[in-house]
Amino acid sequence: MSPALIAALPFLGALLPGLMIRAGRDACALSAAFFTGLALLMLGLDAPAVLRGEVIETRIDWLPQIGLNANFRLDGLGLLFAGLILGIGLLIILYARFYLSKSDPMGQFFTYLMLFQGAMVGIVLSDNILLLLVFWELTSLSSFLLIGYWKHLPEGRQGARMALTVTGLGGLSMIAGMLILGQIAGSYDIGVILTQKAAIQSSPLYIPALLLILLGCFTKSAQFPFHFWLPRAMAAPTPVSAYLHSATMVKAGIFLMARLWPVLAGTEAWFYLVGTAGLVTLLVGAKIALFKDDLKALLAYSTVSHLGLITMLLGFGTVEAATVAVFHILNHASFKAALFMTAGIIDHEAHTRNIRRLGGLRHLMPVTFVIGTIGALAMAGIPPLNGFLSKEMMLEETTHAVWAGQAWLVPLLATIGALLSAAYSYRFIAHVFLGPVRDDYPHKPHDPDFGFWAAPALLCAVALIGGLAPMALFGWIVDAGASAVTGEAVHVHLKLWHGVTPALWMSIIALAGGLLVLAGFAPLDRLWLASPKPDAKRLFDAVVGGARAGAARLTDGLHDGALTRAFAIGIVAMLAAGIWAFTGGGHAPGSRSLTAAGPVPAMGWLLLVSATLALLVLHRNRLLALLLLGIVGLVVAVSFAYLSAPDLALTQISVEVVTIILLLLALNFLPKETPRESSPGRRGRDAVLAGAVGLAVGALAYALMTRDFAFPSIAAFHIDNAKPGGGGTNIVNVILVDFRGYDTYGELTVLGIAALVIHALAEALLRGGAANDRLLAWKPEAPEAGDRHPMMLVVVTRILLPLILMVGVFIFLRGHNQPGGGFVAGLVIAIGLVMQYMASGFGWAAARMKVDFHILIALGILIATATGVGAWFNGLPFLTSAYGYVHLPPLEEFELATAALFDLGVFLAVLGAVMLALASISRLAVRAGETTNARPFDIDPSDGRG
Amino acid sequence: MELLVASSIGLLTAGGVYLILRLRTFPVIVGLSLLSYAVNLFIFASGRLAIGLPPIWSKTAEGYSDPLVQALVLTAIVISFGMTAVIVMLGLGAYLEAGDDRIDMEPSSPADDSGEDRA
Repeated sequence: MSPALIAALPFLGALLPGLMIRAGRDACALSAAFFTGLALLMLGLDAPAVLRGEVIETRIDWLPQIGLNANFRLDGLGLLFAGLILGIGLLIILYARFYLSKSDPMGQFFTYLMLFQGAMVGIVLSDNILLLLVFWELTSLSSFLLIGYWKHLPEGRQGARMALTVTGLGGLSMIAGMLILGQIAGSYDIGVILTQKAAIQSSPLYIPALLLILLGCFTKSAQFPFHFWLPRAMAAPTPVSAYLHSATMVKAGIFLMARLWPVLAGTEAWFYLVGTAGLVTLLVGAKIALFKDDLKALLAYSTVSHLGLITMLLGFGTVEAATVAVFHILNHASFKAALFMTAGIIDHEAHTRNIRRLGGLRHLMPVTFVIGTIGALAMAGIPPLNGFLSKEMMLEETTHAVWAGQAWLVPLLATIGALLSAAYSYRFIAHVFLGPVRDDYPHKPHDPDFGFWAAPALLCAVALIGGLAPMALFGWIVDAGASAVTGEAVHVHLKLWHGVTPALWMSIIALAGGLLVLAGFAPLDRLWLASPKPDAKRLFDAVVGGARAGAARLTDGLHDGALTRAFAIGIVAMLAAGIWAFTGGGHAPGSRSLTAAGPVPAMGWLLLVSATLALLVLHRNRLLALLLLGIVGLVVAVSFAYLSAPDLALTQISVEVVTIILLLLALNFLPKETPRESSPGRRGRDAVLAGAVGLAVGALAYALMTRDFAFPSIAAFHIDNAKPGGGGTNIVNVILVDFRGYDTYGELTVLGIAALVIHALAEALLRGGAANDRLLAWKPEAPEAGDRHPMMLVVVTRILLPLILMVGVFIFLRGHNQPGGGFVAGLVIAIGLVMQYMASGFGWAAARMKVDFHILIALGILIATATGVGAWFNGLPFLTSAYGYVHLPPLEEFELATAALFDLGVFLAVLGAVMLALASISRLAVRAGETTNARPFDIDPSDGRG
Repeated sequence: MELLVASSIGLLTAGGVYLILRLRTFPVIVGLSLLSYAVNLFIFASGRLAIGLPPIWSKTAEGYSDPLVQALVLTAIVISFGMTAVIVMLGLGAYLEAGDDRIDMEPSSPADDSGEDRA
């Protein structure tokens, strides 16, 4: 089976629980279990091949340009981890079915859980480190959802946030590390990277890459000093803790260290970084775990400690130590998941998991007692349980580790770690199950139903059988996993009795010492309580709070709600960037020969300059400002015509008309004067800013125009191909409707959306509210003219309408070959129609306008879409145009192009959008009391009073 | 000619920038229109100036004005109309809702929400 499919199955499964919860809690859990089981089954089908040493791959190109491919690989390590994730996942689903109460939204829970499971399986099966990073971040996100599942608990929310912050930051650093690693190795595929050991370790970037990647691994796997998030995440429901913190989330960092072990390990830097971090974590975690009264906190810190143990083994950098690490991953997952589940059962039944309130449970919960005891003894490393095997092998490996020339240091500290580990395991048994039965439990505990304890019981059986018959149960998978980690063929010999070795003595010291510590627990505990402890949460909150305050200060400083301030800051920033670029470049004058300017352009320039200056001086009179703006627009339009751009001139002049009408309509409601508000100083500052920007842009434009193209322009291609390729001689129009048809298509859509936004805004204003009240109470500032619809204007616009329509059609039809086209035609016809509204009144014209403008927009875009889709039927890409020549007697031969149909879409959409925008503003005027006249004239010439 | 066009672009930009720094919606809208002219002219000028050259293909033409920038600017003109229309409507709506056409909000009072859970 394809590894990609195995990774995809949990994600598919994530879709179901949310729906199946409607069919009941059992159906919901079953739907999640079904997909997990299916994925596990497929993994099982692949297992024989993988155990033979094959690597099963699926390769899917995703973004090959940047080396990101959806490549999956299933080898021994992937098989081991995927098996753990899916197998324990199945047990967790069973357990969670009984753990969650009726008030918990179970559909959500299983959806999050399946998402998380998919992300984890994705990590362990990825063959591409970029893909791996995607899944890595997904685990951070989905574990955030899981840890914060009980949204009503503040500890849950805070724990989830802390986990996300720490692992997310680690993930960021890991992205950087992975990119460096990929650059060194020349590929992002793990299969390739693993062959590049020499190149990677000799690279000067090896240390930075190693540090960044380890930062990601250490945060994820809760290694000292990033271990503080894991105990806080215990606010999650117990199934989550059991899953995330035994077999999955925290093992992701371990997995990655194992995955990259062949290329990263073996150096001194690796040994001291990884080995030391692991050793320190082992000790710190074990010490804190001993004194925790919360069952889950005890288990959480013991997890930290055991993760440290595995990290340390990987850090030793020898094949034997890595093999033990792989073995302990399996053992730890089995007994730790069982212990978390046991803690959950106790919490569920006794309504507390505080060790000080428990004790004597062996009489009340005998089944739970057996399960919990086997799990705890495995954790302590008591023979014949599986924990003993891997602990003894670990101690054996420490005797070979020499830290800074000191051969005694690592074995001694590891023995202390094992001693503490035994002590807290004993405490878990002694203070919870042993001792006298109490009568002050918050709730009278008893053993739960079979379904609730089945999962931990099965795991304990694994721990027991794994200890008694390790080769049968674990030997093959450890071989496969360790071979994949180390890249060498590993054949382990797991057995209970190794003979009298140093490791045996260390083990005996640890187990006996653990008993002594338990015996002296009371005084030790007083000492612990009296000693000062750095509170990670307070530190974390201080850092986060500081970052928040800093960010808030920066944001408030840059953006305090004043738009002008934001504008000014943006302008200054752009100016600064421009000045920086300017000082860094050459300033030689351009070599392109200048174009001669006659008196006509000079007059146009004078007009534009005087109109702009007048606009700046007189802008407080808004009507005058509009007039001056119109002059500027007209000069711009004429300059387009003069500078050989007739299409632009046509478009600019018609847009100018429509814009000024629009602004006039709006000005009808707005104040007619802009008050003088800003201080002279501020006006001076703005003038200096504006002058500097204007000077810069003008100089840039001049510099650009006086130089030749740095690269050959692609315009030549369009000129050469307009006629033979697009079938039209108006190159601009052919570019719009053919070469760059997709852009135009997008633009149409944007224009249509803009018109709909305007319509929606008008609707919102006309609904009851402050705006509507203001409109209803609106009084014109100046007295209205008695003759609102002058007869002469009405008559002239009516006569003009058919002419304008004809001009519009003419402009549209000639557009492919001569200046014109859908854009201009749409604007021209819109102007013709708007003239009717202006002359004869909104109500009168609207009553005669039978077409809905929304429909025009939709029709335009649909026609354009249909034209584009039409190309598919000829097996061509979207919007490929075709054309041909038609001869219909008695007409001349003429050309038909699909591009013309597309242009029709452009025409309709532009017309509809412009009309809808103007009509929406006009509707405000109607609400403000403009009467709907029934007749075209205010004054009827036939009644003799005219 | 280049000098005339460049100075016009510079002046229009300066005018646009000055007006968008005003405190009321209307001058800001007018300023944005000026900036649109300036930007459109700038893009157009990046195709270099040509006088009396056709953008229409023909067998006899000796040269062409740059059609690519014209196509770009043509769509830019239409889109800037759409943008102007939307902000005019926004400005109008804000004026009708609030009763004045000031563009700046009062400075927000920072740090009244700590964001931390208050359990």
